[in-house]
Amino acid sequence: MEPFRRLTAVAAPIDLPNVDTDRIIPARFLRKPRSPEYVRFLFHDLRFGPDGSPRSDFVLNQSAYRAAKILVTAENFGCGSSREMAVWALDAYGIRAVVAPSLGDIFRENCFKNGLLPVLLPAEAVATLRGRLRERPGAMVTVDLEARTVTAPGGATHRFEIDPFRRELLLTGQDEIAVTLGYEARIAEFEAGHRAELPWVIPPR
Amino acid sequence: MDSPRTMFERIWSRHVVAEGPGGHTLLYIDRHLLHEGSTHAFARLAKAGRRVRRPDLTFATADHYVLTSPGAVATDPEIQAMVEALTSHTAEQGVTYFGPGDARRGIVHIIGPELALTLPGMTLVCGDSHTSTHGAVGALAFGIGSTEVEHVMATQTLWQRKPKTMRITVEGRLALGVAAKDVILAIIGQIGAGGGTGHAIEYAGSTIRAMSMDERMTVCNMSIEAGARAGMVAPDETTVAYLEGRPFAPRGEAWAQGLQAWRALPTDPGAAFDRELSLDAAAIAPAVTWGTSPQDALPITERVPDPAAEPDPARRASMERALGYMGLRPGTPLAEIRVDRVFIGSCTNSRLDDLRAAARIVQGRRAVVPAWVVPGSGTVKRAAEAEGLDQVFRDAGFEWREAGCSMCVGMNGEVAAEGERVASTSNRNFEGRQGKGARTHLMSPAMAAAAAVTGRLTDVRRLG
Repeated sequence: MEPFRRLTAVAAPIDLPNVDTDRIIPARFLRKPRSPEYVRFLFHDLRFGPDGSPRSDFVLNQSAYRAAKILVTAENFGCGSSREMAVWALDAYGIRAVVAPSLGDIFRENCFKNGLLPVLLPAEAVATLRGRLRERPGAMVTVDLEARTVTAPGGATHRFEIDPFRRELLLTGQDEIAVTLGYEARIAEFEAGHRAELPWVIPPR
Repeated sequence: MDSPRTMFERIWSRHVVAEGPGGHTLLYIDRHLLHEGSTHAFARLAKAGRRVRRPDLTFATADHYVLTSPGAVATDPEIQAMVEALTSHTAEQGVTYFGPGDARRGIVHIIGPELALTLPGMTLVCGDSHTSTHGAVGALAFGIGSTEVEHVMATQTLWQRKPKTMRITVEGRLALGVAAKDVILAIIGQIGAGGGTGHAIEYAGSTIRAMSMDERMTVCNMSIEAGARAGMVAPDETTVAYLEGRPFAPRGEAWAQGLQAWRALPTDPGAAFDRELSLDAAAIAPAVTWGTSPQDALPITERVPDPAAEPDPARRASMERALGYMGLRPGTPLAEIRVDRVFIGSCTNSRLDDLRAAARIVQGRRAVVPAWVVPGSGTVKRAAEAEGLDQVFRDAGFEWREAGCSMCVGMNGEVAAEGERVASTSNRNFEGRQGKGARTHLMSPAMAAAAAVTGRLTDVRRLG
């Protein structure tokens, strides 16, 4: 996993609340193996018209926002389906951070697992930031995981909370499974006790 | 005396393997359920040279990509390949698999409780957001992403931050024609599509207690549509009666030990929740959704809302977009909206109780639009056929299909056409959910049956 430390990049505002993962990547693409082709699936039915041409009303199709690596969204972005391919599609496009007042729980976890930084900030701060990005299309935002800050165009800085475990894995790009396999002895010990105490948990054969 | 504890707290604390850094807990997972979507995780696991640590606690079924037209074979090689990949991965890893041709095959969230793979007091995960369904038996069950699926395969654990707890208490009797689906749509309408984010919900109160297991599963299923990864109901005699004798239920001494453990699970009187909410069952009416979020639910007697009356500009813009997508005009009575097809199925509403409720409305009437019934599992299908429900549906012109996820999500290619309006018992009315440009109205099985026989959204109470 690619580590995440500090990123200064174009940020694109998404004002619609409750953007679900079906909209981030429609179901018909989920059978595709992960590949750079996922760049095309991102927001597919919002981004492209029936003939496959880009729709000018979608933010990432506007030239100033095309190089965005940061999304600044309304509430509950990434709600709905657990499909991790939503994050794969964002990643394929080059999005490395999503700043939002709230995010779908599973989507947020999926971001962490793929080296994307999900940042939660108060709704008012995010709304102001989106407004600033609309006023100044193509403006840059800095997301600094080491300092735990988001810096808006014009210099307003917001500090965000992130738990130390997720932060450490992102900063170092560590594989979580490898970390957990280091707990093997604890897991085996737990299993022995669990089996003795809750024998009904093991399915009959 | 120990301080009063919630059921959630009891299950959580019993599964802590280690307290990790930053408030994270390494949580043991008792059951891992897989479907074709798990293929990506299997492939990465194999590439890393790892094995499924506990194949005996892991079960797989083919549901998302299986065609539900009787005898049909996928012509799309990618759809076929998704099922074949699950077949070969489960064989390589020694995982029990209910594949095509297996009488037990069905939607993963139907067969878990139905086969008693899901038991009270357990932790259960699956790479699907509707895993919250399994909480209806008193399990802590939640959906996970593909990387987490791989993590559970390799370690039988997950790193989790403890969610907050919310109790939703529903008291009183539901009026005639009001279903479990209407209860959960009312709840989501009240707290919003993000209202349960970061929480595990416990549903309680006399209304929930009076529900069958099938109905409790409908309620827990849609917890995620309120943003909550987990929804649960305390086990009681209804739960025990449901589980006893099912294929993977514990037997003999293990059953007795299980009973003892399950009876001690329910939340203690006086236990504190981070958030509490109460609903009056008598105030809940048969509902339909008008928009593109499950929170957009209203009683069928209402009209399509007017964005102009919405003071919040962001909410107004969102409503305008939803109405544009849905092709609806503000002020139209919901009961005047014509539908093009009907879908009765999905992990929300494809159990025997659901099919019975729909069949009661259909009996002696004719569908006037194309209408599908997709039973949740082979077991449900056979039980329905034994009662003659399939004949009721067939006589009324419905298609009686094989088990699978089908048009709830359309991954198998079974989608509605662009612009088609669907009365659906599924869980999501998102843009494009049932097919690109398809318009979904969510409702209960009886309401969907009523829509099928009238060709429009219909108050089931008027059909009697």
